[in-house]
Amino acid sequence: MKKDSSVTQLNMKLSKGRKAYEIILKSLIYLSAIIMSLLLISLIGYIFVRGLPNISWEFLSTQRSVLEDRIGILPNILFTLYIIITSLAIALPLGIGAAIYLNEYASYPKLVRFIEFSTETLTAIPSIIYGLVGMLFFSQRLGLKSSILAGSLTLAIMILPNIIRVTQESLKTTPQSYRDGAAALGATRWYAIRTIVLPCTIDGIVSGAILAIGRIVSESAALLFTAGAGYVLVTNYIKALGTSGGSLSVMLYVYVMENGEFEVGFAIASVLMILVLLINFAAKATKRKLKKIG
Amino acid sequence: MKQKNVTEKIMNTVFIICALISITAVIGITAYMIVSGLPAIKEIGLREFLFGRVWKSTASPPQFGILPFILSSLFATFGAVLIGVPMGLLMSVFLSKIASPRLSASVRPAVELLAGIPSVVYGLVGMIVLVPFVMDVFNVKSGSTLFSAIIVLAVMILPSIVSVSESALNAVPKKYEEASLALGATKIETIFKVSIPAAKSGITAGIVLGIGRAIGEAMAVMMVAGNVANMPELFGSVRFLTTAISLEMSYAGGLQRKALFSIGLVLFVFIMIINIILNTLLKRGYKHEKR
Repeated sequence: MKKDSSVTQLNMKLSKGRKAYEIILKSLIYLSAIIMSLLLISLIGYIFVRGLPNISWEFLSTQRSVLEDRIGILPNILFTLYIIITSLAIALPLGIGAAIYLNEYASYPKLVRFIEFSTETLTAIPSIIYGLVGMLFFSQRLGLKSSILAGSLTLAIMILPNIIRVTQESLKTTPQSYRDGAAALGATRWYAIRTIVLPCTIDGIVSGAILAIGRIVSESAALLFTAGAGYVLVTNYIKALGTSGGSLSVMLYVYVMENGEFEVGFAIASVLMILVLLINFAAKATKRKLKKIG
Repeated sequence: MKQKNVTEKIMNTVFIICALISITAVIGITAYMIVSGLPAIKEIGLREFLFGRVWKSTASPPQFGILPFILSSLFATFGAVLIGVPMGLLMSVFLSKIASPRLSASVRPAVELLAGIPSVVYGLVGMIVLVPFVMDVFNVKSGSTLFSAIIVLAVMILPSIVSVSESALNAVPKKYEEASLALGATKIETIFKVSIPAAKSGITAGIVLGIGRAIGEAMAVMMVAGNVANMPELFGSVRFLTTAISLEMSYAGGLQRKALFSIGLVLFVFIMIINIILNTLLKRGYKHEKR
């Protein structure tokens, strides 16, 4: 389907009806592409125009203080970072392990299908349900209360399917001959995985982790119930795990819906958009690198 | 040699445990939703709960009817699909069949970016831009309406529809299209009468995925829909299943709190039904490709 073929065809004598069909549908296609591009550009432009003027060094480097009538998001930046670190630290090993089992070890097709089905189910569950169950299980049953740790554990389960899927995909692209070669040299399966297969998949794992970071950064509903919306600065990571802390997305919601501070909302939205752009860019870069190797 | 075997066995077990975690999580979530959701339904009565038209959780005596939430969620999802699917489908045709590889390579990141924007950001922009716009254009008292929520949801489900449909369209065998072109069909006719029907199951999967997204979205719609527990009206303030939970969860206690978990259970059942449909569709598409 080359572009010029349609031009020559239009020059052929088509009946009026067919010509109208052609023109209408074609313009609809272009219209939707234009609308979508404009939508994205204006969305990003609007957020930055409203938000960037409100971002100052003080805004980024201090904490909220009612006494001094000051709003700062440093604690929330840190909380977001803590949540990212903690949930990745939990989900990455588990996800990679699950992918290795599914791709390298699994010998019961039924079990594999069941695991894959539950992974897909985990993807489909909306974040508010994660929030509810996280609150019931981690916050109440395990007694973690509203804390960064409870939030991170909840999100770890949420991002687990992403990491499993991406790792599995890159395990599949690793040539079988590598494994055969290792086996022929007398290596056990685990030795071959550790020294040959896993190093080949590192780019895939990294891009999966980046996508997971994107999901964590934009998450709000699940965190609101499990990690709360605290905004007091805690620099000690271990101490922060036990305190309630709002991530940037949660704080956007709190500032806008509970305090009606739209300018702060747009400022946080700009910070989030910059993060999302960076994450997208990083994911693309690792994918490109992956393609070169593969 | 013996030691080698031992490590091999240990690692095998470790990996099995990792793999079983997602099963455990699904079972755990299901169990928690059922156990925490059933008591209130039992207390209120299933019929009264599902088909009651009034939700007054803090009145005395309280009334817990979630029909308005169910209908609002269904209408919003339907509306979002109505707007999002044609646009998403046309967009995927553009990316897959019309645009040059270079152009689609530069437009595709835009779609991915749209998927990456946090839902609270959509909610914020919807609240500041869309809500006043709806108020002015349609001359209603408040722009926080079901209609605004539909627009926001339509934008939010676009990326998943586009990306799934695009890969389905890309997977259509080239010979189908070549045969159609050889028979004298134009390119557009080929796309709409050959490629799209051939990619039907993949496209449907994209739509179902979008439905799941729309029905599960909470924060963005909470910010634009007004959150009054009315029966749904296109230009009225509405509350959805998701927002009903998150609005009252922070202060609810007793039966009210239990009822919120029951709403969660209803939402969970909806999602599970959608997921099962999605899975069968994908499986069918896979079989189709194999043949």
